[in-house]
Amino acid sequence: MINQLTKNERQLSLIILLALTLCGLWFAIAGRNDPIGPHGVLITLAGIFGIVGVFSGYFSPEPSENRFDRYYDEPSKAGIILAMVWAVFGLFVGDWVAWLLVNPDLTFDAEWSSFGRIRPVHTTAVIFGFGGNALIATSLYVLQRTSRARLPDQLSPWFVLLGYNLFCVLAVTGYMMGITQSKEYAEPEWYADIWLVIVWVVYFIIYLRTLARRKEPHIYVANWYYMAFILVVAVLHIVNNLAVPVSFAGAKSYSLFSGVQDAMTEWWYGHNAVAFFLTAGFLGMLYYYLPVRAGRPIYSYRLSIISFWGITFFYMWAGSHHLHYTALPQWVQTLGMTFSLMLLVPSWASAGNALLTLNGAWHKVRDDATLRFMMVAVVFYGLSTFEGSFMAIRPVNSLSHYTDWTVGHVHAGALGWVAMITFGAIYASVPWLWKRPAMYSAKLVEAHFWLALMGTIVYVFAMWNSGIIQGLMWRTYNESGTLAYSFIDSSVAMHPYYIARAVGGLLFLIGAIAGSYNIWMTIRTAPRAAAEKTPDRPEPFLARPPVLE
Amino acid sequence: MFGFHYRLERKAVGLVLAIIGVASIGGIVEIAPLFTIHQTVEHAPDMRLYTPLELAGRNIYIREGCYACHSQMIRTLRDEVERYGPYSLAVESKYDHPMLWGSKRTGPDLARIGGKYSDEWHVAHLNNPRDVVSESVMPAYGWLTRNKLRTDDLGQHLKAQRAVGVPYTDEMIANAAADASGQTTPDTSGAEGVVKRYGKDTHVGTFGGTPGKLTEMDALVAYLQILGRLTDAAQKPVVAAGD
Repeated sequence: MINQLTKNERQLSLIILLALTLCGLWFAIAGRNDPIGPHGVLITLAGIFGIVGVFSGYFSPEPSENRFDRYYDEPSKAGIILAMVWAVFGLFVGDWVAWLLVNPDLTFDAEWSSFGRIRPVHTTAVIFGFGGNALIATSLYVLQRTSRARLPDQLSPWFVLLGYNLFCVLAVTGYMMGITQSKEYAEPEWYADIWLVIVWVVYFIIYLRTLARRKEPHIYVANWYYMAFILVVAVLHIVNNLAVPVSFAGAKSYSLFSGVQDAMTEWWYGHNAVAFFLTAGFLGMLYYYLPVRAGRPIYSYRLSIISFWGITFFYMWAGSHHLHYTALPQWVQTLGMTFSLMLLVPSWASAGNALLTLNGAWHKVRDDATLRFMMVAVVFYGLSTFEGSFMAIRPVNSLSHYTDWTVGHVHAGALGWVAMITFGAIYASVPWLWKRPAMYSAKLVEAHFWLALMGTIVYVFAMWNSGIIQGLMWRTYNESGTLAYSFIDSSVAMHPYYIARAVGGLLFLIGAIAGSYNIWMTIRTAPRAAAEKTPDRPEPFLARPPVLE
Repeated sequence: MFGFHYRLERKAVGLVLAIIGVASIGGIVEIAPLFTIHQTVEHAPDMRLYTPLELAGRNIYIREGCYACHSQMIRTLRDEVERYGPYSLAVESKYDHPMLWGSKRTGPDLARIGGKYSDEWHVAHLNNPRDVVSESVMPAYGWLTRNKLRTDDLGQHLKAQRAVGVPYTDEMIANAAADASGQTTPDTSGAEGVVKRYGKDTHVGTFGGTPGKLTEMDALVAYLQILGRLTDAAQKPVVAAGD
């Protein structure tokens, strides 16, 4: 990896790593009595490890001048492997958390493993670890192909990928030590948040610099989505994480906003993290991999435009539907509900556009599990956006809110849509990236597909049942006009569904393990010599994006 | 429109500006007025501040992720009001940086849990929930009684709270650590100091049940016992909104 960097880049990377090490040392020494201390040690070790790595390859020959003749795919390869590692870890922790609700004593009586601490480990590992790495890996791949331009340099993509993973590691280890802001899906503390801003700015600059070098006059629709993902997530992240640290040698901070304003900011962030991280980013993936794999052009260019701007505009209003009937002023709740309903139009326009793209390629959907992953992802995308709009209606929300129905809805989207499209994209890219004719085992891809689909369905049905039962029990009155059930009655009624949910999650986890094995075997059996000879230049026929008009 | 877009999608910077512009509108319209419209947060002159001990307890509540299963927001629905008490008002979380309204009730709402159970019940329940509620799926928090509460940095915590708008006085900040232990030692000058600084309604007691040793259990129980009791605004039939 170091031998791919130029001399200047090697020097620059040493400076960055030295700065990182010094920051880590500051936290480790000044914060030795605080939970930030271990993080300081971790950052220092990461920095030293990096410095040693760069030095070990420092005097190797520089990459040749003709490196710009090829796309730069090494960061994408590493990103895919990291995504699968996070997937298995995150799904494992998720299933563990699910079993904790069946038997709460599966924690070894340790602080770090209690439900409240490892639940965010699960969410962060799957959303940011698995999802984020997959987005970075595929976005760099897609950006180069659809722009017919190579990444502008070698260092910045590695900085983004490794820096981002450092953020994820700080996040999950922090929760286990009790470092959290408690803002859902934005739990990492101030220093990790600042680090992510730096990483994210570099990520955006890569995008702009590569687009500036593009040989294709139009920016392809996948890149609109990837750009919206990068830009809006930056805005959301910065505003939602505004906070005052207690000290610069301690982990704890207090958020700038309080009460109702904080709640609205949090759910403006929370819902749009779903919108721009888990939807826009993965729609970018969809708009490249689905048409390429199906060998069909996108059905409608105009539908792409309408759905892109509809999603970008409407989603940002919808966050307040998380706060129906709360102390949030009613006018904001009503706006949130209204825009959530309108959001169905661009969402289904996207889903319809993708499904109609498959017209003429349905026989491939039948035979090719990779394409089928993508097709099922689109179906779940359509289902969960419908469900989301439905649940945003105030009277429906009065039943569904605070219950497992929300959890089921989230997982229909996260397992059915996000993970399925990602697996599809990864199974498509791995042979392309490692220059193999196909995956190691098509049968394993098929097995993974059915495990993932069954796992998702079991999970979602279990949570629909438990959520609706819970919601109804809470509001049931007996004949004398008093509440019929105590809270613990509703909790006991959840037991069988919690078992079913954990089993569903287990199926999904087994699928991901099978997938990781398959990917690993594909990589391992890749003939190294052949890889160098295969042309993959910035203007090959295959790299052309699907026809736009 | 499509002709315009055909030109727009050839300009990276134009596309970037368009995305930021279009995406910003919703947030600006929905969030900015919450800071300027006075009716958003009710007026409650009797609103008290968290004592250093309660604030430390709140931070433990955050650390352990209690908010993942317990909401602190009673909605304006009949069954919720009958189950948990008067619906929550915005003013009640006015000093909550961050708010802990929550989004999921794997366990019951805690917005008005303060005073519903004894300190001893909370200690037993936190040590092993299944000792008091046999079917509970809540984790056991045995380490809270074992861990000493860190108080040396509480002054800094109050200072940071003041920086984000909570009106702690210099005197409160200077006495933060002493007040944390004072609140757990009834009938001493330390306890008098807390009551003097934080008002006569301040709860003083041996929350964690380990006199002489200030533990994380003390702080968390003190916090749970104050939930819903910082102001009486929600108990009054009509709340004056504005100014």
